[in-house]
Amino acid sequence: MFLNWLGTLPGAAAQGIIWGIMAIGVYITYKILDIADLTVDGSICTGGATFTMLLLAGLPIPLCLLIAFLAGTLCGLITGIFHTFLGIPAILAGILTQLILWSVNLKIMGRSNVAIPGRNFDLWVSALLPSWQSLLVLIAIIAVLIAILYWFFGTEFGTSLRATGNNLNMSRAQGINTDWTKIFGLAFSNGVVGLAGALLFQYQGGSDVKKGQGAIVIGLAAIIIGDAIVSKISQNFAVRLLGVVLGGIIYFFVYQTVIFLGFDSDLLKMLSAIVVAIFLGLPYLKKKYFASKKREGKRNA
Amino acid sequence: MLELHHITKKFNAGTVNEKVALNDVSLRLNDGDFVTVIGGNGAGKSTLMNAIAGVWPLDDGQVIVDGTNITAMPEHKRAKFLGRVFQDPNMGTAADMQIDENLALANRRGKRRGLAWSITAKEREVYKSLLAQLDLGLEDRLTSKVGLLSGGQRQAITLLMASMNKPNLLLLDEHTAALDPKTAAKVLKLTDEIVTQNQLTTLMITHNMKDAITHGNRLIMMHHGRIIFDIAGEEKRKLTVEDLLKKFEECSGAEFASDRALLS
Repeated sequence: MFLNWLGTLPGAAAQGIIWGIMAIGVYITYKILDIADLTVDGSICTGGATFTMLLLAGLPIPLCLLIAFLAGTLCGLITGIFHTFLGIPAILAGILTQLILWSVNLKIMGRSNVAIPGRNFDLWVSALLPSWQSLLVLIAIIAVLIAILYWFFGTEFGTSLRATGNNLNMSRAQGINTDWTKIFGLAFSNGVVGLAGALLFQYQGGSDVKKGQGAIVIGLAAIIIGDAIVSKISQNFAVRLLGVVLGGIIYFFVYQTVIFLGFDSDLLKMLSAIVVAIFLGLPYLKKKYFASKKREGKRNA
Repeated sequence: MLELHHITKKFNAGTVNEKVALNDVSLRLNDGDFVTVIGGNGAGKSTLMNAIAGVWPLDDGQVIVDGTNITAMPEHKRAKFLGRVFQDPNMGTAADMQIDENLALANRRGKRRGLAWSITAKEREVYKSLLAQLDLGLEDRLTSKVGLLSGGQRQAITLLMASMNKPNLLLLDEHTAALDPKTAAKVLKLTDEIVTQNQLTTLMITHNMKDAITHGNRLIMMHHGRIIFDIAGEEKRKLTVEDLLKKFEECSGAEFASDRALLS
């Protein structure tokens, strides 16, 4: 039994890395821009569906991946326009785009799910391939992605995105067009999520319109787990992104193990949501608890 | 040079809560003027700053900086002309970013932000010497996160950022109000130095009458969204707090309604 469980690990690692890539996309909005962007649940599927249909139409994989990325950026663009030009709160803007994307994704695929016959294509990542091969490709993609992000957020324009998330007032006072930086960040983030969707559907051998549900929660979980691990070690941006990927892997290990142990998979989404809620609430409770302790201390003194 | 032509701003227009925050205000600042602004609570001092900075559109009137009409420009575009320091020390800097990154952001105010690296080695040296002038030991902490600094240190850095590249106008919105008296005095002294050194045209709101008298070359007093008193040069230098209070009662027919101004 233990050996069987061990056998699931490389596959879990591969899928974990893919969710980690998605979580890096979420990191851009959630951590850098300070926006909780729910577009993700739709854009991951848009990326995956676009990839699947283009692959089936005979386009080469790199081109399919690129277009999946661009499809993702379009999703983020919609949310960005809703949020900045129409003044809709970011969370609501994301939910609206998510709904739009549900219909769009069905139209892209023509039905609710489409299979990729894995043996007909030279897939880069797939459950059908030896795990090490998928892992190698994914690690290479992660390395390139982190390198690009590390460079970008060190540039003049990249730092203006970080400033936007950090202090909106100051950013405007320093001449940053915060509408534009937000739109760009949302588009970029969802581009990465779309790319992750393309890799995920490629790995799992097909598209399913329901696949994206709860993606944002997985992304947040990966970010929280990653932060808990690496924030004490290093504040370096690349290390933190690596932590997010690690978070994705750990999340998926736990997920796989829980399924392996025969846990009712219907309850898994609820479980992840509760875990994320606890971790998001923890800093708040800590502050409150310590504050009241201090007050008590004063009263006793 | 700053010119305000008949600017008017109403909040909650058309409701029972309508408040005319700026009522047909005209003002002209000459190059190098250092003007202090005082007034009671709700007199329209901060509204005046925000009108110039473009936080929201005006109902009426025009704002002209060095010949450019900026009335219709969005906030981020007019930032090119303006250096701003806020009352809240947290507002002028990005807490999670390093000191040098904050300075670099300010250094590119009004310029295109491209894909070049955000700080060059040469710039870092310039920032170091600028920080050394503050005499707060910050020149050795270039890569510290600004959030770790005290309110006074953050205001000093914001002041530095606001004065970078010599803005056409420096706006100081009660920038020492949130600091303890000793730190406030230090930041005010620094303000004087930076303004004089760079010959900046400056508008400084203060709640402290004594500061309003001792700093700058001109003083204006606001009440109910209007400028009720404007004094400059030798006359201003001879002012006392008592004179100001008397003047206020004369011009407004009311008592000066700011506890803070009287207590400090």
